[in-house]
Amino acid sequence: MKKRLFVKGNEAVAMGAIEAGCRYYFGYPITPQNDIPEYMSREMPRVGGCFIQAESEVAAINMVLGAGAAGGRVMTSSSGPGISLKAEGISFMAGSEVPAVIVNIQRPGPGLGGIDVSQADYFQAVKGAGHGGYHLVVLAPHSVQELYDLTMLAFDLADRYRMPALVLGDAMLGQMKEALMPHPYQAPEDLPRKDWAVTGKHGRAKGNAVKSLYLGDGELEAHNWHLHAKYARLRENEVRYEATGLDDAELILTAFGGGARIVKTAIAMARREGLKVGLIRPVTVYPFPAEIYRKATERTPKVLCVELNNGQMVEDVRLSSAPGADVRFYGRPGGTGSLPNPEEIFEQICKHYKD
Amino acid sequence: MSDNVFMAGYGGQGILLIGNLLACAAILENKNATYFPAYGPEKRGGAATCTVIVSEEEIGSPVIGRPASALLFNQLAIDKYFERIAKGGLCVYNSSLVDQVPRDRSDVEMIRIPANDLAAEAGNARLVNMIMLGAYAGRTGVVSLESLKSGLDSILPERNKRFIPANMQALDRGAAFAVNA
Repeated sequence: MKKRLFVKGNEAVAMGAIEAGCRYYFGYPITPQNDIPEYMSREMPRVGGCFIQAESEVAAINMVLGAGAAGGRVMTSSSGPGISLKAEGISFMAGSEVPAVIVNIQRPGPGLGGIDVSQADYFQAVKGAGHGGYHLVVLAPHSVQELYDLTMLAFDLADRYRMPALVLGDAMLGQMKEALMPHPYQAPEDLPRKDWAVTGKHGRAKGNAVKSLYLGDGELEAHNWHLHAKYARLRENEVRYEATGLDDAELILTAFGGGARIVKTAIAMARREGLKVGLIRPVTVYPFPAEIYRKATERTPKVLCVELNNGQMVEDVRLSSAPGADVRFYGRPGGTGSLPNPEEIFEQICKHYKD
Repeated sequence: MSDNVFMAGYGGQGILLIGNLLACAAILENKNATYFPAYGPEKRGGAATCTVIVSEEEIGSPVIGRPASALLFNQLAIDKYFERIAKGGLCVYNSSLVDQVPRDRSDVEMIRIPANDLAAEAGNARLVNMIMLGAYAGRTGVVSLESLKSGLDSILPERNKRFIPANMQALDRGAAFAVNA
C-alpha cells in the first residue's frame, strides 16, 4: 500500500500545485494561508521553479498575469482582503483569457474582518470579484485530499478553457491536518497546446498578443459572446458534486467546502435517530450543479442550506431548485467563537425536519 | 477504536504538539484522523486548544461540541471545558495545575494525574504534554504507545529530535500512571 501522509490543508494545495507542474508562484502574505507561500518558498527552488514574495497583492497578480500569458503554469494564493486587491488583475486575466490558478483560503469579513473560519467569499468567488462580467472556474474542496486533487484539476481546467480557475478553501481546511494520499500528476492527453502564448515571434509570421482591450467596431461584443460560450461549455461539461441519501430523503441538506464537513457529521447523527436526510455538496460552485437541485427538489422539496456566512450559496440553490421548493437557510458568519459544531447543525436538522 | 478528544491548556504546554502526534499515530495505524487547532494571534501563556478525531470511518467535522474525551492542562481549561465533555466521557486532567474540579460528574470518568510533578521527576518540566498523552493513550488504547513513539520522528522538528528518548519515557510514565490509577 502507498504511504498516507499526515498533511496540513494549506500544504496540500502547494503540494498538488507543484505536482501538477506549477513552476511559478507569486504572492503576498496573509493569514490563514501563509503555509502555502512558506511551502512554495522552500520547495519551488528545489524543482527549478520560481517563488516571489511580491511587494503587494496587486504586483503579485500582475506577475501571475505575465507568467500565464507566457504559457507557464502559475499560481497565487491569498485570503479575502488580498483577493479583493487582486480582483482587477483577475478581471484582466479573464478578459485576456490567461489561465492561472488562484487560491482563496477564506477568512471572515468584510474589511479586514478576522482570521477565523468562514465562507464569506462565495459571492466574491462565483459572482465575479472584479469588473466586467466574467466567470472563473471555482472549485470548493472539503478535505485535505481534495485540496490536493482539485488544485491539480484547477490547472487542467484553466488550461483547457484558457481562463483563471479559483480554489475556494477556508481557514478550517487550510489549518487542519489529515491523511493525504499523494499521487503522480497525469496531464490529460487532449489539453490544448498553448500556441497563443506570448513567447516571442520566432518561427511565426505573426506575433501573438494577449490583451483585454477591444476598441474596434463590434470587436468587444464578439469577444464577450466568445467568453460566454466558454462558460456555457463549462456548465455543460464540468459540473461536479457529491450527492448522498437523496433516494429516501425527507429533508435535503446542502453545503460546500469546510461547512460540508460539519454538515456530514450532523447528517450522520440525524440518520442514527432515523431522520431521512440527504446531502448535496457542490464540488464546482461555478459551474453550479443546478440540475441535481432541480431533480432532487422535485422529489424532496424541503432543503436546508448551511453555510459559514449569512447566506450566499443559498441564492444559487433557490435559483436552481424546482418551482415550489422550500429552501431554508442556517449559517453563521465566522469570527472568534462563531464556528458552529455538528450538534448545533443537528438541532437545526431536527427543527426543520419537523416543520 | 475511535474517539474524539479535545485538548486545552496554556500556550507553551505543548498542546498542539500532542494533538499532532495523536492524529499522526492514528494515521500510522491506518485509521482516519483529523487534527484541528484553534489558531490565531497565539502566544506563550495564552490559551491553546485543539481537537483530534480518530475513526475507522470517513471523518466529517473536525470540530465537535461535546467531545468524548478531554485532556485539560490547567484550572482555566477545566473551568471552561469540563461541562462540555459528553456523557460517558473521559476527562484526563493535570492535577498539578488544577486545584478544583468544577463539580462531581458521575457520568464522566476522571483521571487525575499530577503531570507537572511526574515531568519534574522524569527530569524535564516540559514533558507534561507527553505524560498527559501517555495517560490518555494508556487508558483508552485509541492508539498504541508504539505508534505514538514512531510518530515523534515525523512530528518533531529536527532541532528537537535529541529529546525523542525523553519524550518516549514520558509517554510510558503517563501510561503506567493511568493504568495503575
